[in-house]
Amino acid sequence: MDMINCKVNGIAVSVPKGSTILEAARAAGVEIPTLCYMKEINAIGACRICVVEATGARGLVPACVYPVSEGMEIQTNTAKVQAARKTTLELILSTHDKKCLSCARSTNCELQKLCNDYGVTGDEFEGFKPEFAIDDSAPHLVRDNNKCILCRRCVAVCNQQFVGILGANDRGIDTNIGQAFKLNLNDTPCISCGQCTVVCPTGALTEKDDTDKVWAAIADPTKHVVMMTAPAVRAALGEEFGNPIGTGVEGKMVAALRRLGADKVFDIDFGADVTIVEEATELLDRVKNGGVLPMITSCSPGWVRFCEQYYPDEIDHLSSCKSPMQMTGAIIKTWYAEKEGIKPEDIVVVAVMPCTAKKYEIKREDQDAAGVPDVDVSITTRELARMIKRQGLNFNALPDEEFDNPLGQDTGAAVIFGTTGGVMEAALRTANDWLTGKDNTEIVYEAVRGNESIKEATLEIAGMTIKVAVASGGKAANEIMKKIASGEADWTFVEIMGCPGGCVTGGGQPIHPQYVRDTVDIHGLRAKVLYDQDEAAVLRKSHESPVVKALYEEYYKDTYGCHKAHHDLHTTYKAGKKF
Amino acid sequence: MQKKISSTPFRGTAEQEAQLQSIIAANKHDKSRLMAVMQEAQGIYGYLPLEVQNMIAEGMEVPLEKVFGVATFYAQFSLTQKGEVHIAVCLGTACYVKGSGTIYDELQSQLGIAGDECTDDGRFSLAASRCIGACGLAPVLTVNDEVYGRLTKDDVAGILEKYGK
Repeated sequence: MDMINCKVNGIAVSVPKGSTILEAARAAGVEIPTLCYMKEINAIGACRICVVEATGARGLVPACVYPVSEGMEIQTNTAKVQAARKTTLELILSTHDKKCLSCARSTNCELQKLCNDYGVTGDEFEGFKPEFAIDDSAPHLVRDNNKCILCRRCVAVCNQQFVGILGANDRGIDTNIGQAFKLNLNDTPCISCGQCTVVCPTGALTEKDDTDKVWAAIADPTKHVVMMTAPAVRAALGEEFGNPIGTGVEGKMVAALRRLGADKVFDIDFGADVTIVEEATELLDRVKNGGVLPMITSCSPGWVRFCEQYYPDEIDHLSSCKSPMQMTGAIIKTWYAEKEGIKPEDIVVVAVMPCTAKKYEIKREDQDAAGVPDVDVSITTRELARMIKRQGLNFNALPDEEFDNPLGQDTGAAVIFGTTGGVMEAALRTANDWLTGKDNTEIVYEAVRGNESIKEATLEIAGMTIKVAVASGGKAANEIMKKIASGEADWTFVEIMGCPGGCVTGGGQPIHPQYVRDTVDIHGLRAKVLYDQDEAAVLRKSHESPVVKALYEEYYKDTYGCHKAHHDLHTTYKAGKKF
Repeated sequence: MQKKISSTPFRGTAEQEAQLQSIIAANKHDKSRLMAVMQEAQGIYGYLPLEVQNMIAEGMEVPLEKVFGVATFYAQFSLTQKGEVHIAVCLGTACYVKGSGTIYDELQSQLGIAGDECTDDGRFSLAASRCIGACGLAPVLTVNDEVYGRLTKDDVAGILEKYGK
């Protein structure tokens, strides 16, 4: 490979030909501030925060797109550079709604940090300031363009997701990021994945905050409040309290939920185990009886919405299983409610999810096993952190506590649902045991692990050849679906998650500045928490879960996929359209 | 100014759609032909409403938002229907100091529409124009290709009457 030798702030580095100044600087251990840049996703040189001085260049150049040349000497923080960055920030702030005090992103805002670093107050320029209506039409997120800095990171990530409903409209001072024909977000084929909220550097895009509903339920003595968490939450919540990425905090998370006032703290891992036995039953039924194949997982509401809207002719491929969250909610309001003698309408089920699309999912039709919504409120990992802070809990000093029974026991198979490939691996463990009639000990499926957007494997189980595929993110989902729609796909079973990397990097997870996202393997670190927990688990197959066994013995006539289980745990889909 | 979006119902015909589809078919191999297709589409329909932009988006296999972003960036694209009778009031410097602003306001109030809008029946549309080079006749307006000059507010009703208002 051709290498280029250059110097960044006097530090000599050698980088591959074609590298940008920003890449060379990172190789030299020098961080240059950026606002619009996203590694491999958005390099447009729009925001001008990353300008630097470089020999041979006329004037200041944007480090994110300017290539290095042999012998180039780069200075990243001269007086001239600082003055230019300061003016850029002043201009950005001249149209920015500076309501930082109550902003959801305060203290975690990339613009706020830069203004603090550069001593910019926001009073420097006064002039025309466009005013935009806030779009809170959708259940999952709120757009406040008055806080938008036009960096286009949301646009890039939405295109990356193959959804592409966001873009820059109009021009000059009127330029605004939004949807075609100024349609409300809820009237577009948004899939609710929330990836835009994770990449927004400011508070222009945030999840719709539903914490007030939770506080109200907790304060109501007539309500039995059940709080339950998805696997991926425990792998990331700690980051909101200063813990390094990759810190598992299951015990402290449970303790915090209890101290917030939950009457019971349950684990959606339980629902994941139920999902596996129901889904594996459905899969084997489809294989034996000539059903529609490949069957595709339906755990991710972002993906389900993607399929309904972008591939309406293929919805028969979706497993009819509800998501683990909805299954857990359904079982709480039926089996658990009957066991405890509580009316389903007196139970408030609060799901804590790594996901914004879950806010949309709880409002879907055919998600009401007990005649009332299976899940009442869905909050993100970020919202839970906000509640813990408001409650005044010293999170890191909390004791490690255990989930409540009965819906608090899980298997290792369930906990890995939180990362791409996890549902597939959990399903294969159960399918392998069922088809071979043995208690197999080889249960790790390396081929479906890792963060590649598409993974494929061919397995021999009990004389059967099973081809599987695992995809995460809209772009990969689109590739898979194109093959399925054209009939060239020969997979038996496909796992698709709406967010790249699966739930651990979901749209509701803690937000890190872009330079961290560019340089740290956030997915790998969070996924490791789950794989470690799986490895340490005594029970690692969903069908071995004693609670799942008890559920089927007591409630579902000992039969997976029985009529009643179908009523409670399965759902239906509707073909949608884009516009 | 953000671009106005038409609120009048779409009245596209099957012939127009067939014409647009054949243009899309001839260009869809190359996504960079998007603007050319949009120009042709505007030639067919006179403007680019949602229905037309959606046909272009589906045909060219690009998100609708991409088409809309281009349509709102360039001044040449219009999102509002032009009426059978299109009135453009010159708001260039000479006309403006001679009172064309008042004439523009009067037209808006008599037609019941704002600038860049079309009446619901598709008969009249109104827009402001830059200098048309007829400063000697200021203030001027054009109705389709006809020029009317040295106007006062009181002339507005008469002109509209001539076109069936």
